[in-house]
Amino acid sequence: MKNTARPYMSSFLLLVGALLLSVAVGSVFIPPITLFRLFINGVAPAARPLAEDTATLSTILFSLRLPRTALVAMTGAALAGSGTAYQGLFRNPLADPYLIGVASGAGLGAVLAMSANWPYTSLGMLGVPLAAFLGAVLTVAAVYQLARVRRTIPTTNLILAGVAVSSFATAITSFLMINSTGEMRRALVWLLGGSTMTGWQPVVALLPYITLGLGTLVTMGHALNVLQFGDEQAQQLGLPVQRVRVTIILAASLTTAAAVSFSGVIGFVGLIVPHLVRLVWSSDYRHMLPLSMISGAGLLLIADVLARVVMAPQELPVGIITALAGAPFFLWVLRRAKQQHFW
Amino acid sequence: MLEIKNLCVGYGERLVLHGLNLELPAGQILGVIGPNGAGKSTLIRTLSGILAPQSGQMHFMGHNLPQLTPTQRARLIAVVPQANQLPPAFTAWETVLMGRTAHLNWLGQTSAHDEEIVRQAMQRTDTLELADRRVGELSGGEQQRLLLARALAQAAPLLLMDEPTAHLDLQYQYNLLQQVRDLVDRERLAVMIVLHDLNLVSRYTDRVALLVKGELRALGSPKEVLTADLLSQAYHTPLQVLSLEKSGLPYILPPVG
Repeated sequence: MKNTARPYMSSFLLLVGALLLSVAVGSVFIPPITLFRLFINGVAPAARPLAEDTATLSTILFSLRLPRTALVAMTGAALAGSGTAYQGLFRNPLADPYLIGVASGAGLGAVLAMSANWPYTSLGMLGVPLAAFLGAVLTVAAVYQLARVRRTIPTTNLILAGVAVSSFATAITSFLMINSTGEMRRALVWLLGGSTMTGWQPVVALLPYITLGLGTLVTMGHALNVLQFGDEQAQQLGLPVQRVRVTIILAASLTTAAAVSFSGVIGFVGLIVPHLVRLVWSSDYRHMLPLSMISGAGLLLIADVLARVVMAPQELPVGIITALAGAPFFLWVLRRAKQQHFW
Repeated sequence: MLEIKNLCVGYGERLVLHGLNLELPAGQILGVIGPNGAGKSTLIRTLSGILAPQSGQMHFMGHNLPQLTPTQRARLIAVVPQANQLPPAFTAWETVLMGRTAHLNWLGQTSAHDEEIVRQAMQRTDTLELADRRVGELSGGEQQRLLLARALAQAAPLLLMDEPTAHLDLQYQYNLLQQVRDLVDRERLAVMIVLHDLNLVSRYTDRVALLVKGELRALGSPKEVLTADLLSQAYHTPLQVLSLEKSGLPYILPPVG
């Protein structure tokens, strides 16, 4: 009924702009023309070898900037997409990837691994992310079991169990970090969303999880719409409610855990982006899901660029930027939304 | 068409419906009445698959109801709930479109055919002019008509209504029930409707089931069931029943003096 092309155009432009910004800005600025030439050369190398300074730029672009940009974009899409799904699933405007303990569980897993010096064992670089992923999945399973009443999972139970388990995991994480010595700073940086991994390896490792998770979520738009009427009406309208809920929880948790595993705990993206999309464009989940993913990628890229330049040459963890910019913005959204019907 | 045999439903140990037997043919409105806690809403929730029966049978058009998936059931049975908990952010059009859920593919895509059915459902319930308004801006009466439209969009031959007039003023109560009456007469739907207002039951239903403490106390035409004896006993209140002049329909009043 409504014109849906414009929101997609706008969010897509935001993403493209953020992508360009992210590959251009950093310790060395790469001007757009050079970027263009480097890309051309990267796709179809010229017969003549590159000048030495251009070759350095090429290395920066292809081994540092591009993989980081890809990682950040995927993380933003993952957090915003799963945030949208959680908000719709729990019919709660405060629901986000942190609510049911995914992120804190992942954090605990990672810090446990770091304090046990896992990264240097046979698992190598992937030890910490693997532990984070396990932590996330175990936490969701625990929350799910605690919240379950026979065959159903009442939303209130789920949120209460999520908050409790989350606090518990965070407490253990804090305790471990206070007690640890050498690895503490690294763990702290990771927890605040400072990516400690570089190169294409994390991107390649993340891709299948994100594709599977977000791909599943995109198909759940209509189901999330119907769930807004409550479980009972949803089932009477013909939605297989329990199956849909489990699918959404699994897909969103997988997506979040994967993102957190490789990028650390980045707050506010999963909370704010869905609200922004709802406020500006649509409350129809069939559009909210893809729009949140695209905008989430764009916004996190911008935050990441800020994290790189604000205190250059030192980099800030991007989580600090998203919280600093996100909290006041969120309060503004909240004030505006109070005057309208969004929930 | 709908056949309920020996139906027992309960929450854990506590039985709410004991051995209920009911039949509802197409083209009829069955009013379900009874004091609070009689099991009226439980009956609706069991038929619509929210509660599982402990024993007994429910068949509709040859289907064994408890064995159906939610999607299969929703193609046969539509529920009109009370309009007090609708999400406010959707438009009226989007809300009625949800009625097509059981007919959509796994991506939830709506076709021109679906939209045509939604348009007709809204036309039949006088809600088409509200299509672009957000539900939160609509009155209780408009929301209730929207829920009827949503149920019609579901295109199911059986309609279950749980106190659909609860939040409506007189005009909308009559309007809504007259619309239901017309639909049943014109399209041979079967309707089971829970009502508290016995005079509405008298005026709009074909048959009445009186439930008391989970048991069927009486079943028959309004004239047979809406009697002073049966009602006074069921509601533990002395009631007068008058007979209206032209139609002979029963008219229920509280005791005078």
